[in-house]
Amino acid sequence: MAVNPDIVGRVYPPAAVYEVGREKIREFAEAIGSQDPVHTDPEAARALGHRDVIATPTFAVIVAQRAEAQVINDPEAGIDFSRVVHGEERFTHHRPIVAGDRLVATLHVDAVKAVGGHAMVTTRVEIGTEPVAPAGAGEPVSTVVSTLVVRGE
Amino acid sequence: MRPTFDSVSVGDNLPEQAYPVRRVDLVRYAGASGDFNRIHWSDRVATSVGLPSVIAHGMFTMATAVRLVTDWCGDPGAVVSYGVRFTKPVPVPDDDEGTAITVGGTVATRDEEARTVRVDLTAVSAGDRVLGRAQVVVRLP
Repeated sequence: MAVNPDIVGRVYPPAAVYEVGREKIREFAEAIGSQDPVHTDPEAARALGHRDVIATPTFAVIVAQRAEAQVINDPEAGIDFSRVVHGEERFTHHRPIVAGDRLVATLHVDAVKAVGGHAMVTTRVEIGTEPVAPAGAGEPVSTVVSTLVVRGE
Repeated sequence: MRPTFDSVSVGDNLPEQAYPVRRVDLVRYAGASGDFNRIHWSDRVATSVGLPSVIAHGMFTMATAVRLVTDWCGDPGAVVSYGVRFTKPVPVPDDDEGTAITVGGTVATRDEEARTVRVDLTAVSAGDRVLGRAQVVVRLP
């Protein structure tokens, strides 16, 4: 089944709030081999002007991929996950992710293109802090653009 | 010594670094990231879809490569943007050595107003360029 081009422009409702914990930041930093104390020691992070320990530059993928699952699992999108290869990834950080952040992620489908028998699906996840009730706006944190290649049959 | 914006010139090279990757690193990354795609831990599944063996997560390779820049500049929070293309898989043998990803970087542009530099990265594993158009924009003091 081919990817449905009509999903371009679709915006999925924000995924559940992701609360960023110090230990998750540490666990992810250790998993990529980073020994920078800015991920584990609040004092080291504060010395660089951060409020608390900060996440590594690609940590936002955890939050983004939860949001991206919405389109992958959407039967109307027609994405066969067993044929998916990761093509491109781009992070734009409006500020670092800091322990204690409560993040909300909104998924946008920006493009569906046919390239040489494959389909390329480009999504954009806008990650910001949870809006403050009743009318406050969230603070933008990261924009994550991801291109998935769905290999043709 | 952390580099400052004024101390950095276009064409400067960051010292190349080889980062080892073993199966255990992929298992740890799967757990930390929540990406449990079986091609990253099961040879049976990986070979059934035409891969030579278990391969590293593209996002593991991406996260590893940017360490060259964050270790150089001294503040992972200074990364303003970072993008890559995944050009080749990184097969990881099931032995004690695994493989390695060798990362190099060159300062490609400087933005006086934003006090940022763009570092272009190369990432090579077993002779293959595994990332394309890998660009990191980082703010320097």
